[in-house]
Amino acid sequence: MSKTGPLERKMDQPAEDMSALVLAVAQRQDRAAFGSLFQHYAPRVKSYLIRHGADSTQAEEIVQETMLSLWRKAAMFDPTKASAGTWIFTIARNLRIDAIRKNRRPEFDAEDPAFVPDPEQAPDDSLQAGQVRLQVRNALKDLPEEQALVVRLSFFEDKPHGEIA
Amino acid sequence: MSALMHHPSEDTLLAYAAGTLDEPSSVLVATHLSLCPKCRALAKTAEAVGGELMEALAPVADVKVSVGDLLQLIDAKTELRSDIRVEGAANSNQADTLLPQPLRTYVPGGVDSLKWRWMGPGVRYARILDDGQGARVGLMRIASGTRMPHHGHADEEFTMVLAGGYTDAFGSYRRGDVETADTGTLHQPVADDDGDCMCLVVTRGALKPTGLFAKLLQPLMPL
Repeated sequence: MSKTGPLERKMDQPAEDMSALVLAVAQRQDRAAFGSLFQHYAPRVKSYLIRHGADSTQAEEIVQETMLSLWRKAAMFDPTKASAGTWIFTIARNLRIDAIRKNRRPEFDAEDPAFVPDPEQAPDDSLQAGQVRLQVRNALKDLPEEQALVVRLSFFEDKPHGEIA
Repeated sequence: MSALMHHPSEDTLLAYAAGTLDEPSSVLVATHLSLCPKCRALAKTAEAVGGELMEALAPVADVKVSVGDLLQLIDAKTELRSDIRVEGAANSNQADTLLPQPLRTYVPGGVDSLKWRWMGPGVRYARILDDGQGARVGLMRIASGTRMPHHGHADEEFTMVLAGGYTDAFGSYRRGDVETADTGTLHQPVADDDGDCMCLVVTRGALKPTGLFAKLLQPLMPL
């Protein structure tokens, strides 16, 4: 399989493309769109897993499961709430915790009767996923290298934040 | 409910979003997120950081599985391991709003089904999770107006109020508020006198009593 086809995207290419591909999978089980998502994300998800100490076999299994979950759960993807990359990151993160750490990561449930919902706000008050992505990217770019390293390590190493700093 | 006053640190939220926080602390963070829109927004932003960092990773060249393999699995409707994961939520008591969902999955029978141990006058404790690596989650029930023994902490530990409230030198804590204690924290919480106080506590190692009487009692009260 070619790893550097025309679908290989650089980080600064619009995230909307990736979101549109997930929506194509959701709406019409678009296999070509799935192929493009695979080409872009599978090698990155594997890279993420290996940084977390997965061996190659384990990483392959979780990559496979992440991509299959993407296909299955595509209808749950909401491009106004998260970028495709963020959504896929959370899928891979949860599968990694399950498979490698073998424990659970409890999450809140918005349907829970005890759940306290967000306060009402004007629609243009809430940041859209695209704006959040831009802000996050700029913030990361502006960080001094030393601090950027700490942030990267806190996402890619299973160590408490305090020990990294 | 008015906005909460005391939250987990940004570092703790970041670790939760990164998926590097241990399960006991994650129970507390997820429970807090159920009650705190402000921290939910922060956690969401932290996930966006994770997404960006993953986008920026150098892709590995040797992915062995191919799109074709995956499409075959999809066509064959292969079951995923994650499909058959048991959701503890399914049979828990939905009517019980004392315990937000992330916590209820660990206490499916509700708080009355727990084995409450007597810890001292007016104080009972029930353990709900031990991760086997020194971190534990429990519920503590403190009778209205009870003064806890003055104590310190062995490591970073969290307390979150579920019902009632308590006050110590650092502030007043009500439902949803989180107090983070570490080795430097010495305090003597006093339960508010408007009803029993119930807290979710995440501990690592024994509390360190600072008073003589409490020291005497310590062997009797391992959390």
